[in-house]
Amino acid sequence: MSSNDHVNTHGTAGEPDPSSHHAPGSFPHILLFFIIGLALSLVVGWGIFPKLLYSQKSQPFGFSHKVHLEQVDQGCQSCHFFREDGTFSGSPRLAQCLECHEEMQGQSEDEAIFVKEYASKGREVPWLVYARQPDCVFFSHTAHVLGAKMDCVTCHGHIGTSDSLKPYEENRITGYSRDIWGPSLTGLKHNSWDRMKMDDCAECHAKYDVLHDSSVQTKRDACFVCHK
Amino acid sequence: MKLSRRCFLSFVLGGAAGTALTPLPWKLTDDLSIWSQNWPWTPVPPDGATNFVNSTCELCPAHCGITVRTVADRAVKIEGQEENANKTGGGACLLGLSGLQLLYGPTRVQGPLKRIEENGTIRFQPISWQQAIDEVVAKMAELRSQGKPQSVACLSGRDVGTVPQLFKRLLKAYGSANFVSMPSVEDAYASALRLTQGIDGFVGLDVENTDFILSFGSALLDGYGSPQRMMQAVGRLKKQRGTLVQAESRLSNTAAKADIWLAIKPGSEAALALGMAQVIISRGRYNSDFVNAHTEGFDSFAAMVKEKYAPSAVAEVTGIAPEVIAQTALAFAGAKNPLAICGRGKGQTPVSLKEVLAIQALNALVGSINRKGGAQTMPTYDYLNWPAVELDVTAQTGIAKGRLDGAGSDKYPHVGSLAHRLIEAIDASAGELQMLLVAECNPCYSLPDSDKVKAAFEKIPFIVSFSSFMDETARQADLILPNHVYLERYEDVPVMAGTVQPTIGLCQPVVSPLLNTQHLGDSIIKIALGLQGNIAKAFPWKNYESCLMETLGDQWPLMSDQGYWASEAAASSSERGFSTASGKLILMNGTLGAIFMAEAPVTASGGDYPLQLIPYDSIRLTSGYVGTPPFMIKTVEDTVLKGQEGFVALNPETGKSLGLASGDMATLITPVGQASVRVHHDDGVMPGVLSMPRGLGHSAYDSFLAAKGVNINQLIGTMEDPASGLDAAWGIRAKLVKA
Ligand code: SF4
Repeated sequence: MSSNDHVNTHGTAGEPDPSSHHAPGSFPHILLFFIIGLALSLVVGWGIFPKLLYSQKSQPFGFSHKVHLEQVDQGCQSCHFFREDGTFSGSPRLAQCLECHEEMQGQSEDEAIFVKEYASKGREVPWLVYARQPDCVFFSHTAHVLGAKMDCVTCHGHIGTSDSLKPYEENRITGYSRDIWGPSLTGLKHNSWDRMKMDDCAECHAKYDVLHDSSVQTKRDACFVCHK
Repeated sequence: MKLSRRCFLSFVLGGAAGTALTPLPWKLTDDLSIWSQNWPWTPVPPDGATNFVNSTCELCPAHCGITVRTVADRAVKIEGQEENANKTGGGACLLGLSGLQLLYGPTRVQGPLKRIEENGTIRFQPISWQQAIDEVVAKMAELRSQGKPQSVACLSGRDVGTVPQLFKRLLKAYGSANFVSMPSVEDAYASALRLTQGIDGFVGLDVENTDFILSFGSALLDGYGSPQRMMQAVGRLKKQRGTLVQAESRLSNTAAKADIWLAIKPGSEAALALGMAQVIISRGRYNSDFVNAHTEGFDSFAAMVKEKYAPSAVAEVTGIAPEVIAQTALAFAGAKNPLAICGRGKGQTPVSLKEVLAIQALNALVGSINRKGGAQTMPTYDYLNWPAVELDVTAQTGIAKGRLDGAGSDKYPHVGSLAHRLIEAIDASAGELQMLLVAECNPCYSLPDSDKVKAAFEKIPFIVSFSSFMDETARQADLILPNHVYLERYEDVPVMAGTVQPTIGLCQPVVSPLLNTQHLGDSIIKIALGLQGNIAKAFPWKNYESCLMETLGDQWPLMSDQGYWASEAAASSSERGFSTASGKLILMNGTLGAIFMAEAPVTASGGDYPLQLIPYDSIRLTSGYVGTPPFMIKTVEDTVLKGQEGFVALNPETGKSLGLASGDMATLITPVGQASVRVHHDDGVMPGVLSMPRGLGHSAYDSFLAAKGVNINQLIGTMEDPASGLDAAWGIRAKLVKA
C-alpha cells in the first residue's frame, strides 16, 4: 500500500468517522462488497453464462428413432452402418433414407416435410449432429464397435429408443453441440454417455491399459492415437 | 453508500473468487481453444465420407502402389501400399507423399492456353478446348496437305503404356516416325539386351535375393530405380551380412553405407568393370558352368580384357589400387548370388553402351544372369492388342523419311530414341521440324545443355505442350492443352525400374478434375478424329477410358480394385536360353568388340578447365518432369541450398588451392554455361571435382521452387556415346573463379 492510500483511507483528521460503524473503508463494509462481488459472479457463472453460451436450434424436422428401430431388422446398423471398407457411415445420407422413403410411408407431418423438401428435391438433410467432435479428434467406430465390441449406448445413450429429437444446443463459441461437454457445466456426469471430452475417452482407455499401450514411455495410449 | 477504492478492490476480488467457483473460466478456456482451431484460415478438410482409393504413383519410374484417403471430394493423404511389397518394396517416398501439393499447388495450368505476342510481350490467353483441339488439328492438317507429315514430332516422358502408344499411333497414322522418348538408363540396358541376348526387354534386378551388390554409381539409397525397394534391399543385405560395394567419386549416402567404397575417377566405371572381369577370368574364378553352357565369345572376351584391362592399367584410369580391384573382384566372384548394377544416380540418364555391356558381362561371368539374386531378363510388356494401323500414301512417304534423331538408323542401330539428337537436328536445320508435341516431360529443364534446348525450341514454329504444370517447356509452347494430374485420371503404367515381377500399375482418379483440364488420351483421340480419314479410323474408341478398359480387358476389375496387376511369373531362368542365333548370351562378337575397344566418351573440353563438374541425384529433389514440391524443398540441407543460393561442393584441398573458403561466392564456368554459386567444403568430394545436385535452379514454377539454386543441366553439355549415340553425359570440365 502506498503512502497515498494511507492518507486517503484514513481521512485527514486521522480519527474514525462518527456517522457510521460501517463506514466506507471499514472491514464489514469491505466484506460486504466482497460478498456482493462473489454473489454476482456466482449468478453470472452458474445462471447467465450457460444461457448465453448455448443457442438452441431445432432439427430440420422431427424424427423418431424408436419408430424406425421397430421397422428395421439390423438395429442401429441398419441406418448407421459400416461401409465395406470398414469405415463408418455416420448420419444417414439422403440415399439411405430414400431406400424406404421414396414415397410417403405414413401420415406424419415430419415425413411430409422430408419428402417434400428433401427427398423430392434430392437435397441432403442438414442434420445437426449431437456427437460431432472437433476436427483434431480422430475417432474410429470400427475400432470401438467392431473391435472392442462396445455397444452404441455406452457413448450415445438411449437415443435409439427416443421418440423425438431433443433441441440441438450449439455452443456459440465453438460451434459444437452441448453434448460434447455434457449437460452439466460442472463437467460432472451420471452416465457414461453424458459427456465426451478427452478425459471421458481417456477414462476407458486407461481402464483397459493392457490393450492401450501405444506409448512406449507411458505404457498408455499415445497422443497420436486420437490426435492425428 | 460511498464506493471507496478498497471496496471496489474487494468487489473485484469477490467477483474473481466467485468466478473461480463457477465453471465459467474453465469452460471458456476450453471453448476458446476449440474456437481457435476453427479460425477460417486454418486448413481443415471438409467433413464428408472418408474413402480410400488404390492407385499408382506416376511421379517416377518406380510406379509405387499408393492408397489415397479422400474426405468428400478432397484428397487428404497419400500412403504407400504395403501389400504391394513385392512390386515396389511398399511405402512411398518423399515425393510420392508430397503428391497432393502437385494436385492442389499453384503452378497448375488452369485450362487450355494460347500464346499471344503483343507489342513484344508474351502472354497466355485462355481458350476453349474446342478451339485448342481445332488449332492443333488445323496445323497438323496443313502440314500434311503440304506433304510434310514427317515434320511433326512428339517428345514424351515415357514410351510404354497406352497413352504414349496412342501418341505413337497418332504419329504413325499421320505419317511421322518421330516419336521420341526422354532418355534414361533403361535405354542403355535395352540396347545391351538386344545386342547380347537378342531380346527386346528390360533388366530386372533381383535385389531381394542377392548377397553381394556391386553398384557402379547407382544411388541405391537416393532414389535409384524403385527407391523404396532398393532401400529395403540394402537394409536387408546389411542385416544378413551381405556386401555392398559402391563405385562412385563422391561419398554419397549409398557410398557411406557401403562396406567397400571405391572412390573412382568419374567416368571410368566401364574400365573398372572390365578390369574386374579380367581378374575374375585370369584367376579362374568365373562360373564355368554358366559360361560354357550359356555364353559365346568367352575366349575373345578374355583375350580382350587381358590385353587392355590388366589391373595396373585399370588402376591408372580409375584411380583405384590394383589390389583393391582384385580383392573386390574376387569377393564378387566368391559371393553366392552376386549382382552388379548399372546406372548412375537415380538411373534417369543413360550410360555408355560400353559401360552397361561391361557390367552385364560381370554378371554373366559369375552366372548371375536369370538366376536368383541376379540380373533378370524381363520381356517388354505387350498387352496392347490394337488393330494394325492402315497407312495411306502420305503416311507411308512420311514414315519412309525416317527419324530426325537418327535412332534405329545405320548410324545408331542399337537405340530407340535420342532426344538430344532431335535437339541437334532442330538446331542444325530449322524447318525440318515444324511442329513438336510435348507430353509428360520438361526437356527445356531436364535435358543437358538446357539453354541450347531452349534456343532450339525457339526455332520450332509450333509447339504444343500437354503439361499439367506451367514448367519451363510449357512456357515455350504456342498452345498448352493441360493434362489431368495423376490423381485425377486413369492410366496404365507398366513398371520397369528393375522390377523382377512384371507389373502394370493403374492410375485411378482419386478426385474429379479440379480444373479445366483434359486427359491426354482424350486429347490425342480428339486430334485424331479431327484429322479424319485413316487417322480417325485408327482410333475406334469413344474416349480414352473405353480404350483403356478394352485394352486391359479381363484384368480391369481386379486392377481397378487393387490399383495394379502383377504377374505370377517367377524370374526367368537361363535354361530357357536366349534369343540370339546360337541361343547363347553373347559376351563378345564383332559388334561388341568394337564397342569394348572404343574409348569411353569423354567430357567436352575447351579452354582451360582444370576441374570436373559432376552432378548427383538426391532423393530430396526431383529432376524430371515434375518440379520438387514445397514439402521436399524444405528438407534440402543448407549446405546445398540456402535461401535462393545454390552451393557447389568441393574438397577442402581444392578449395584451398583456389583460394575459396566455405561460404564464398564463386562463378562456376563450363564450356556451355556459367552460374554464380556458393562454395561448400566437403571431404566426401574427390579433389579436383565439383559436385552439385540435379533438380534445382528452375526458372518456372512458383516461389517455392523458382530461382532456387542452379540448374546443373545448364552447365553440362551432351556427351555422345560413340557406340550407341546415347547422351551419356556424366559431367563436364569446369573452372571455379572467386566472385
Ligand atoms: S518412388 Fe516414385 S513412384 Fe514411388 S512414391 Fe516415390 S515418386 Fe512415387
